[in-house]
Amino acid sequence: MTNQSRPISPHLTVYRWPITMTLSILHRATGAALSLGFVAMALWLISAASGSAAYADFTDLLDNLFGKVLLIGWSFSFFFHLANGVRHLFWDVGLGLEKSQANTSAWFVLVLTFGLTAAYWLI
Amino acid sequence: MAEFRLPPNSRIKKGNHYAAPASASSVRRFAVYRYDPDSGENPRIDTYEVDMATCGPMVLDALIKIKNEIDPTLTFRRSCREGICGSCAMNIDGGNTLACTVASSDINGDVKIYPLPHMPVVKDLVPDLTNFYAQYASIKPWLQSRTPAPPDRERLQSKEDQEKIDEPAACILCACCSTSCPSYWWNSDRYLGPAALLAAYRWLVDSRDEATGERLDDLEDPFRLYRCHTIMNCTQTCPKGLNPARAIAETKKLLVERRH
Repeated sequence: MTNQSRPISPHLTVYRWPITMTLSILHRATGAALSLGFVAMALWLISAASGSAAYADFTDLLDNLFGKVLLIGWSFSFFFHLANGVRHLFWDVGLGLEKSQANTSAWFVLVLTFGLTAAYWLI
Repeated sequence: MAEFRLPPNSRIKKGNHYAAPASASSVRRFAVYRYDPDSGENPRIDTYEVDMATCGPMVLDALIKIKNEIDPTLTFRRSCREGICGSCAMNIDGGNTLACTVASSDINGDVKIYPLPHMPVVKDLVPDLTNFYAQYASIKPWLQSRTPAPPDRERLQSKEDQEKIDEPAACILCACCSTSCPSYWWNSDRYLGPAALLAAYRWLVDSRDEATGERLDDLEDPFRLYRCHTIMNCTQTCPKGLNPARAIAETKKLLVERRH
């Protein structure tokens, strides 16, 4: 039986993160960020439905550096979660599961996410 | 629930330093996790300076040299020294691998050596693999067949059917993959882990096995199988170049396909 007094060997702090693990954690983090983002989006829609004064109050709230960081973060989360979600769909049908393929698709998703986020804010 | 911090008795303290003799010509530093169950003290990191001019090329050679010449209390498992027994699996330079198949010269800077991650430590680099082996046994890693074997020969299979099990059957159960997996770190009490699931897949696709349905029933569970989130650490780290992540994905496909 397992001896409860035994120490647990170190894990997160000593493991060299492979790119695939980093993206897996990002997928979960962006998913959590998006669930908060959709609350903000619902509030935005409620404010729009409540008349122009309420709408102006809401947009003022986000019209500063903090608001910009939130909005850019949510758009980044959206594009990342979408791109990596498609990557997961390929895996689910059994495609792209070789080590080299998974590493290549990881970088592809990252480049695509940064590209889409930049394009969204610049265009 | 995931416990990210190590419990108080597992936090690592600073350890001893063993300097190389003055005559050493090419010194390499090895930082090794030490835990002595008899001392009652927390684990520590000891650093050993090894003269590589008189040391074999592999990390295991350095560990054996340390044990023979510097510190006989250093404890680790090893046997075949050619990557087939799986005994010397440990965390070297941030990745799980076999100490006997990694050259010290392929590692930059100090060589950092820890036991396999998130495992109960018996002593130094020796983890307790009881749970890991029990999980392997739980997938019934043997041929199950109701049809009697032909009286005059073995149960034959085609070359193509044999090739399906060639890769998963090459697993040496070193536990590098399972202990590289964050899902296994947080849920090893309920999630089978990549090694046991690769073994399960090996029997699922064996043309001679007749318990495919029961095997799939046993795996269809939110934890036993579906804690795999395709993080891919298993496939990235396997010292034999196997692909447990693909085997698990194929197993999930088998479960979907049998519903239709």
